[in-house]
Amino acid sequence: MSVADAPGVHDPSGRGSAFSGATGGTSESVVEPLVFERSRPGRRAVRFPAASERARAAAIGQPVVPEFARRAAAPGLPELSELELLRHYNRLAHLNQAIDLNFYPLGSCTMKYNPKVNEWAAALPGLADSHPFDPEPLAQGSLELMWLLAELLEDISGFCAVSLQPAAGAHGELTGMLMTRAFHRDNGEGEQRRKVLVPDSAHGTNPATATMVGYETVTIPSNQRGGIDLGALRGALGPDVAALMITNPSTLGIFEDQIDQVVAAVREAGAIAYMDGANLNAILGRFRPGAAGFDVMHFNLHKTFSTPHGGGGPGAGPVGVGERLEPYLPAPIPVLAEGDPAEVRANAWAGRSTPGARFALDADRPRSIGKVRSCHGNFGMFVRAYTYIRSNGGPGLRTISEDAVLAANYLRVRLRDAYDLPYDRPNKHEVVFSGRRQKREHGVSTLDIAKAVLDHGMHPPTIYFPLIVEEAMLIEPTETESLETLDRFVSVMHDIAGQVAADPDSVRRAPVTTPVGRLDEAAAARRPDLRWAHDGDEETASPA
Amino acid sequence: MSYPDDAVYSREHEWVRADGDLATVGITSFAADELGDIVYVELPEVGSVLTQFATFGVIESVKAVSDLYAPVSGNVVEVNDALRDAPELLNSDPFGEGWILRVELSDPGQLDTLLSAAAYAAETN
Amino acid sequence: MTYSPHTDADRATMLAAIGVASVDELFDDIPASVRAGGWDVPPPLAEQEVRAELARLARRNRIPEVSFLGAGVYRHLVPAVVGEVIGRPEFATAYTPYQPEVSQGTLQSIYEFQSLICELTGMEVATASHYDGATATAEAALMACRLTRRDRIAVSAGVSPDTRRVLATYCSGPGIEIVTVPIDLSQGGTGTTDPAVAAAALGSDAACLVAAQPNFHGQIEPMRDLAEVAHAAGAQLVAVVEPTSLSILEAPGAYGADIVAAEGQPLGIPASFGGPFVGLMAARMGSVRQMPGRLVGATRDVEGRRGYVLTLQAREQHIRREKAASNICTNQALMALAATTYLAAVGPSGLREVAELSITQARHLVTALESAGLARRRFGGSYFAEVTVTVPDAARRHAALVEQGIVAGHLAERDEPDLRDTLLLATTELTTDDDIDRLVEALAATR
Repeated sequence: MSVADAPGVHDPSGRGSAFSGATGGTSESVVEPLVFERSRPGRRAVRFPAASERARAAAIGQPVVPEFARRAAAPGLPELSELELLRHYNRLAHLNQAIDLNFYPLGSCTMKYNPKVNEWAAALPGLADSHPFDPEPLAQGSLELMWLLAELLEDISGFCAVSLQPAAGAHGELTGMLMTRAFHRDNGEGEQRRKVLVPDSAHGTNPATATMVGYETVTIPSNQRGGIDLGALRGALGPDVAALMITNPSTLGIFEDQIDQVVAAVREAGAIAYMDGANLNAILGRFRPGAAGFDVMHFNLHKTFSTPHGGGGPGAGPVGVGERLEPYLPAPIPVLAEGDPAEVRANAWAGRSTPGARFALDADRPRSIGKVRSCHGNFGMFVRAYTYIRSNGGPGLRTISEDAVLAANYLRVRLRDAYDLPYDRPNKHEVVFSGRRQKREHGVSTLDIAKAVLDHGMHPPTIYFPLIVEEAMLIEPTETESLETLDRFVSVMHDIAGQVAADPDSVRRAPVTTPVGRLDEAAAARRPDLRWAHDGDEETASPA
Repeated sequence: MSYPDDAVYSREHEWVRADGDLATVGITSFAADELGDIVYVELPEVGSVLTQFATFGVIESVKAVSDLYAPVSGNVVEVNDALRDAPELLNSDPFGEGWILRVELSDPGQLDTLLSAAAYAAETN
Repeated sequence: MTYSPHTDADRATMLAAIGVASVDELFDDIPASVRAGGWDVPPPLAEQEVRAELARLARRNRIPEVSFLGAGVYRHLVPAVVGEVIGRPEFATAYTPYQPEVSQGTLQSIYEFQSLICELTGMEVATASHYDGATATAEAALMACRLTRRDRIAVSAGVSPDTRRVLATYCSGPGIEIVTVPIDLSQGGTGTTDPAVAAAALGSDAACLVAAQPNFHGQIEPMRDLAEVAHAAGAQLVAVVEPTSLSILEAPGAYGADIVAAEGQPLGIPASFGGPFVGLMAARMGSVRQMPGRLVGATRDVEGRRGYVLTLQAREQHIRREKAASNICTNQALMALAATTYLAAVGPSGLREVAELSITQARHLVTALESAGLARRRFGGSYFAEVTVTVPDAARRHAALVEQGIVAGHLAERDEPDLRDTLLLATTELTTDDDIDRLVEALAATR
């Protein structure tokens, strides 16, 4: 599409028909026009003051921006009044499903409630307006918050140190694998240890991360019960293995009940034990990976610690490490430069500052892998996570995992008569069903079932993941959904199972109540239209 | 499902139709159906050399990606440029307009190592 | 306090349905030897208590009354409407738009973002965003290596030290060699990348030249010449840009950049002690399959309505796994929405006003410092809205001003030992004449 077939009357401004865009038209109908199509030359939302006489006079005589570096034509940004702009984005907002609107049981994503006091905290001017390079005496609050959060994450996970720098879970994985490589290099085994073992149920980020660090991925099969095949793991471990990356509980929602033996085998082979912490929400207060012998784990603050997912980010993926990898953490890290840690903690837990305490950024870490992100990481997410951990406290965190596990097991037993349950055993925070029966008997795919869920106003589970389960539906209710909501979901899923049997065609036509129907993803990929472009655009070539 | 008898097949779901030392290569309708809507094919260059059972390209559908394995060894003499703009031909006509490339066979004897249409049909059942 | 809705009766109902006597039984699969004992996490706080604690930490920060600190992160106006839009729960509490039928808000806003970044940069395709400018730059350099099948890159010393550190970490993964292109940092030097020096560093086997416009020192680089030497070496030009400057400075697409990376923070995102920010990346359409990160494309639904989907996903880790171009999973959707809303709110004339005001105040500042005999420009050539000045005894005076709540920019020797006694001073549209007076007075008092 884009310009050629965009609707609308011809625009006398000569900027192209798309600029005058309106809904309707013969070739295409539009739910909400693009912001560009709402643009009218001369409109504004925000104005800025003019420079003062004095400033202008003082600037004379200073070098101007040279002609060779100047732009020929202004960028084609849209022009809207503030109200038009706001309405446009409010209308777009109405097209979204979100946690704050309805149940969102997207497995492996931990779509729990995002408390509003967290947002209040992150917006405090003393924090939001803090510049990352402000001299340390001006940034003691930010540094103390980071230090305290790291302390809490260490308490929770049993690791001895934490870096807050990684901006997402996958970024934490990259950090962990770079540290792994540095560790083996310093042991003189950098050349020899080239393989990373990854279970077949893993997130795609694990093997992709291994590749980014130059490692070869070896896939380890799962056993019949959904755990890692310990025999296969032992067979694969050897002097050429750098690390095992394992998600625990796994992406099947199952705790590795031989995790002690897994960790022991990995460490005995001289490899690094990496735990993907994506599913930490299931085990708070029950299993501390650092204490259990893991060398490194990333946290997902946007999963376990309730920072908003934001439509796909920002997240935050701090890494915790044991002693073997501590020297390699990204630098700098916030430290308590002066003061007694126990006293500072005790005071902070009581809501008090500690006189004489001084926080600093320690960049003097000679074996560090370096920086993985600019500044200090996604600080705004640290504020939210800290607020959340302090709100819940130790007992609250334990309750979170208990209730998350309870809810997922409840769905397991309530739904197992309607859908195939490949691993019928107590699960943790999520449970995987299979739509293979519906596919085989009625020709209705899991995708169709997911689309039917949309017509009930709920977000569907994660589908087709993990890859080892045919027609997978991965359901993670989280701890913040009430029993009534869980029951309603159960009844929706039963209704859909009934509809699949009675009228499969109607399921294949779903959704019918959403702002748009099923979209032609094949056409989108075959002939990519990745940007709006107005007619007669001279600054840029138009895309293929 | 049945498959054209004038071709031979690999277990990686490629077909080969030989005409003397020249052979045309494509993917089977079984492979195309498994992948779903094919959106992109990475084709080798004319003049490149295929080695039997080694990868020579990549094929993408909306939600999957798969390597292409050479069913035979030889020099690539022609590639199907129509697939660049219309990869959907691999879905709509995999044994015809959706052919991928032609090679000059370096070892026509390799054809004997491949499966007949009936054998391939049995394998994919 | 917790956010769990369950009453004891609810829990009893669920336990009974599951058929276990207590929730502990559901954790029996954790081997006894590794079950957690105690921990030191403090007790819960009520909302008023947790607010008091966060207010305490916020008060422990001292937001300077006057600040000329930039160095890659800039204090710009964040229009109220931007906060309003990104605060909407339909955007903030959604996730990755895996189900496009109920994610058109997020998807369309990303498509708009991609389009806006293309407009700004003059490039053909932009991604749905990256973690920040530094990681976008690093991913751009790795992308250039894939495109050219080379494993050495040249990086101008005018690229921010923070970005160069991240670049070095990323390149250490696949073992890509980095050659730094030095620039003349002496008093009266150019402060810019010399194309001939860049050509020597590139040799004939470098994948790309990474150069910043304006550069870290505020100087305006000869990007067209740098593009020429890069292309002559068979390498790509990775241009690292500051987005508000693109209302005035030439679009990278026009001077021959092959990949553009940028920190999007100046577009309506608060400094927030360093994040969350948003990385921008744009390129030529011919390179799209080697781009890392998410892309949104337009298509139609079953009834012919225009709609948007995640597309070209077969490049990504969740499908390609170990063969993916990058492990990147999420983008920074909410921050990209902030940038989108910001660009639409200020429009072409507003963005130009931001840049012009910043430029004018930078020159006002230099004139004021020079005429008071306090500082002189370090380099020749021209600058944008950040300027490197030589100030005798800079470290001591910088520290003295901090005590008064004035941040006299970035003390350059922290990153670059060759830049002793120099300050990097940033101005934006928020810099007032009064700010400049106060800096001049305070600096004068430390003589």
